Amino acid sequence: MQPKSPLLLLLLLSLQLFICFAFAQSTTGSAEGYTIYGRVKIPSNLGTKDYIIPGKVSNVKVILNGGQRVTFLRPDGYFSFHNVPAGTHLIEVAALGYFFSPVRVDVSARNPGKIQAALTESRRGLTEFVLEPLKEEQYYEIREPFSIMSIVKSPMGLMVGFMLIVVFLMPKLMENMDPEEMRRAQEEMRNQGVPSLASMLPGAARSN
Amino acid sequence: MAIRVFLIVLLFLSFTNLTYSLYEDQVGLMDWHQKYIGKVKHAVFHTQKTGRKRVLVSTEENVVASLDLRHGEIFWRHVLGTNDVIDGLDIALGKYVITLSSDGSILRAWNLPDGQMVWESSLPGSKASKSILHIPKNLKADKDDLILVYGKGSLNAVSGVDGEVLWKKDFAGESIEVSHIIQSSDVIYVAGFADSSKISVYGLNAKNGELLENNHAALPFGTFGELLCVSGDMFVVLDEMRSKIVIVHLKNGEISYNQKHISDLTKDLAGQPVILPSRLPGMFALNTNSYVLLIKVTNQGELVLVDKVNNGAAVSDSLSISEDEHAFAFVHYGDNKIHLSVKNVNDWNHDLLKESIVIDHQRGKIDKIFVNNYVRTDRSHGFRALMVMEDHSLLLVQQGEIVWSREDGLASVVDVTTSELPVQKEGVSVAKVEQNLFEWLKGHMLKLKGTLMIASPDDLAAIQALRLRSSEKSKMTRDHNGFRKLLIVLTRAGKVFALHTGDGRVVWSILLPSLRKSEACENPVGLHIYQWQVPHHHALDENPSVLVVGQCGPSLSTPAVLSFIDAYTGMELKSLSPAHTAAQVIPLPYTDSTEQRLHLIIDDKQHAYLYPRTPEAIDILKHEFSNVYWYSVDADNGVIRGHALKSNCIQEAVDEYCFDFRDLWSVVFPSESEKIIATMTRKSNEVVHTQAKVMTDYDVMYKYISKNLLFVANAAPKAAGEIGTVIPEEAWLVIYILDTVTGRILHRMTHHGCQGPVHGVFSENWVVYHYFNLRAHRYEMSVVEIYDQSRADNKDVWRFVLGKHNLTSPVSSYSRPEVIAKSQSYFFTHSVKAIEVTSTAKGITSKQLLIGTIGDQVLALDKRFLDPRRTVNPSQAEKEDGIIPLTDSLPIISQSYITHALKVEGLRGIVTVPAKLESTSLVFAYGVDLFFTQIAPSRTYDSLTEDFSYALLLLTIVALVAAIFVTWVLSERKDLQDKWR
Repeated sequence: MQPKSPLLLLLLLSLQLFICFAFAQSTTGSAEGYTIYGRVKIPSNLGTKDYIIPGKVSNVKVILNGGQRVTFLRPDGYFSFHNVPAGTHLIEVAALGYFFSPVRVDVSARNPGKIQAALTESRRGLTEFVLEPLKEEQYYEIREPFSIMSIVKSPMGLMVGFMLIVVFLMPKLMENMDPEEMRRAQEEMRNQGVPSLASMLPGAARSN
Repeated sequence: MAIRVFLIVLLFLSFTNLTYSLYEDQVGLMDWHQKYIGKVKHAVFHTQKTGRKRVLVSTEENVVASLDLRHGEIFWRHVLGTNDVIDGLDIALGKYVITLSSDGSILRAWNLPDGQMVWESSLPGSKASKSILHIPKNLKADKDDLILVYGKGSLNAVSGVDGEVLWKKDFAGESIEVSHIIQSSDVIYVAGFADSSKISVYGLNAKNGELLENNHAALPFGTFGELLCVSGDMFVVLDEMRSKIVIVHLKNGEISYNQKHISDLTKDLAGQPVILPSRLPGMFALNTNSYVLLIKVTNQGELVLVDKVNNGAAVSDSLSISEDEHAFAFVHYGDNKIHLSVKNVNDWNHDLLKESIVIDHQRGKIDKIFVNNYVRTDRSHGFRALMVMEDHSLLLVQQGEIVWSREDGLASVVDVTTSELPVQKEGVSVAKVEQNLFEWLKGHMLKLKGTLMIASPDDLAAIQALRLRSSEKSKMTRDHNGFRKLLIVLTRAGKVFALHTGDGRVVWSILLPSLRKSEACENPVGLHIYQWQVPHHHALDENPSVLVVGQCGPSLSTPAVLSFIDAYTGMELKSLSPAHTAAQVIPLPYTDSTEQRLHLIIDDKQHAYLYPRTPEAIDILKHEFSNVYWYSVDADNGVIRGHALKSNCIQEAVDEYCFDFRDLWSVVFPSESEKIIATMTRKSNEVVHTQAKVMTDYDVMYKYISKNLLFVANAAPKAAGEIGTVIPEEAWLVIYILDTVTGRILHRMTHHGCQGPVHGVFSENWVVYHYFNLRAHRYEMSVVEIYDQSRADNKDVWRFVLGKHNLTSPVSSYSRPEVIAKSQSYFFTHSVKAIEVTSTAKGITSKQLLIGTIGDQVLALDKRFLDPRRTVNPSQAEKEDGIIPLTDSLPIISQSYITHALKVEGLRGIVTVPAKLESTSLVFAYGVDLFFTQIAPSRTYDSLTEDFSYALLLLTIVALVAAIFVTWVLSERKDLQDKWR
């Protein structure tokens, strides 16, 4: 029940591995595990090249393997995980107001210290371990400024609109009709005794 | 015609909007958020003359926080990972907060004013050991301020400026249990025991860690507990019989010791004495079962008993108030008062402070006390004391009164249930200020101004205040829409709180006497909370009550504790401490004449006990004897068993409320290839409205709805751990859907290359679960929907007409169902902590999944995104049916986070409760923080929204009436003209 066929996935993954480069080094022996260094950068305005210091933005957490370990950012945005065993790991960044893609990190056992990373959302390899948000998150709806359309679109506006159509457009339609046909229709109406609006109202009945 | 257009527009609106969303000015109208920190372990005061006074704390919820000393508010707070337990906290260089965590392997420095992490350093080591953080005053090595850390069997000297390890001394090979680091000028002494009878003291050069001296002394007997340092060269410890105090003296590198019987100091010695770990110069505190003894150690190594305090006392560390003067505080609890004394260590007869403070008796004894001094205007010393209570709350006491208190027990919620509020009685006005008509109109005129965007900023502020203040939501009575309820939460401290859903205030709280430490019950823990009595109809006069189930200790073999609490008043109605254990509690779907729900409590010795213990309950159970089934999951052995009641117990003592049960079936999973990692069932109170689902081609599928379904997720044994430990070829996830009455497996599916943790939710006829796909290295969510095939031929109208349908035939769990399951999988970006589904009163409203993400936010995701009928290119008919085109991953729309711009730090669980109004569901998320909100998955189609403008409606009506009169006049005039013609 995979969303994509496994073959295609494997192909994609192997492609990814080619475009990845090592960007972090191990400091300690393989018995202790490796160290993953990285950096989180948050652009002050997505699209521009100005960066703001991530530590000041909000309580940013970097999470390894779904909560196995949690670390925080230094003032310059760097973070590190120590004693990580060889294998394929997942790093997530939790920052309020930003959407970060989880990162797949391969810590190689064969080439000690070789670490590769790729964004899992976009399947893009990372040449250097700098994590940037994919987008800013807006948690609130923006109130639309007042417009005539919003009143017209509201149920009450629709009611009024419908009435206006009946009152003003229908007579226009009647005018456009052929005068002879009109007379015939009026005669028919008179025969059936369809009351006019005025006669429907109680006061009008009396006045007749 | 207009109505039809209107309805179509409404339908259109309700279908296009799949997200739950909120305007920024609506924050706080229906939701509330409370921040907590948990039970405080360490506290360090930071009260310099300049700047804000604060206290830095670390807690059992792995929180490090800075609190305002004036009001108790949080300046900043960080929640560390669940495995990252904080062992030490201190201030270095006057500007950094240093925390030592993860068994002494991670040292972090946080900036004192804003909580920004400055540096982090990892201290590797192999041996598990006690971890000690010691920040010496004025100890420098090459101009760096040293921080001494002992952890993982080695001593590290870390630079306070950048966290670099300056030198390291490994003690892993010495088999010594280090318990003290003492610094004297340039020599650091490390003292500890090897094999509990050999004292070792190492002297190290503070500059480079060079070993200067090494002394050993063997005691002729073993010791108990930790070595405590009373002065620079004196230690005390208990001997292994706990009858003697051993004083160890260190002089010029020589270790000497003498000992003294405790019975020589005090006559009435009872129980097991323990040395309290408070650091006092020249003194120590000894806790016996009935007293706390304060014992002074003279320079000659003699022991003098100076004071004897009643049990339940807490002793603080000493505090230097001036040169050569040290003060410390001890506090004990008695007759609803806390008695606080601050004494000078050297001058025993004189009290620096003695106060008695009246305190709420629902806080229990005092667990810990931290003191701090300040200089009064008249140059005398004032003291403030921070106390951690038995219910985990935090109090600051100064000048004989409680300055502030924090209910930090709420950071460790164990279980949640809800209760209705009392019905509003006639003639009793509960809200103090009932609005009059004028005010009501004024409010709505303001709102109208707001909608028409002609309001001034002042008006806008007034509108916002009006909305937030609304007294309606915090009334203490039941409301028509069922939005006001009591959330009854059980915390780890054994305290039960009732929170009002309107504003989150604590209505009542009770520290359960049965869940407090006693001789019969050493370490009681609260496990679950159930609705015991939910009166409605004929039993309305009675108050509802809840049942709290706990046990005396962490293991399942300790006896159970039951407590019944009135949900309106918070009084404990009664408590039971039965002899049996509570391995499993099963609320039965039967109630007695007073609406008390029948519960079966299963113990670990194959017995089932019926509660309430009344003859009526027995009668009801006897009547339904053969209809009671339950199951048990043995995750260690990979077995799921089904049980049914058999007969009364065969024991020496006759107990007619005790029943034996038999095993009906068992499903044994192959232990070499599968391990149970998660099980889920439907909520027992869930309501299902529609039995069938109409497909696009007017075909009808009947949902297989059974209360007895169990979802089981099994992982490969190698892949039962965390991500990053296995390769995809070794991992698989097998899911089962079982019938718990017959043990029949209805559906089985394998996800290759996938592993846990599995989180999920079972509702109606579907189950949604979240797991990790190792091949794609992304999380996935799958949905399985189960349909009943045996009723599939009922769709022919002629069969209904001719009476050949089987709709009236009973649905039974005994019959062999023909089911088909449909399933689909999607990628999901985030790790997940909890999944819940919205529940509404009648089950008509479409469902939303509430996903607690790793970022501690709660995302509402429409169930239509998890529909096995989704295809890449849905036909026109399918689109009209609301089927969304298939995408490989589930969308995360930031407006649909129900926690909006807030975080529920340390999120552990989400609870949903239906409101009376069908469209609305109440959501409570808990962790270190608490968050509550109301959500309407299909918008509030059955009520006007809060920002509905009555004034606009009024205006429209007036305009319409005016229009009618105008047209009437016009029409009349026209008629007259026609007649004249």
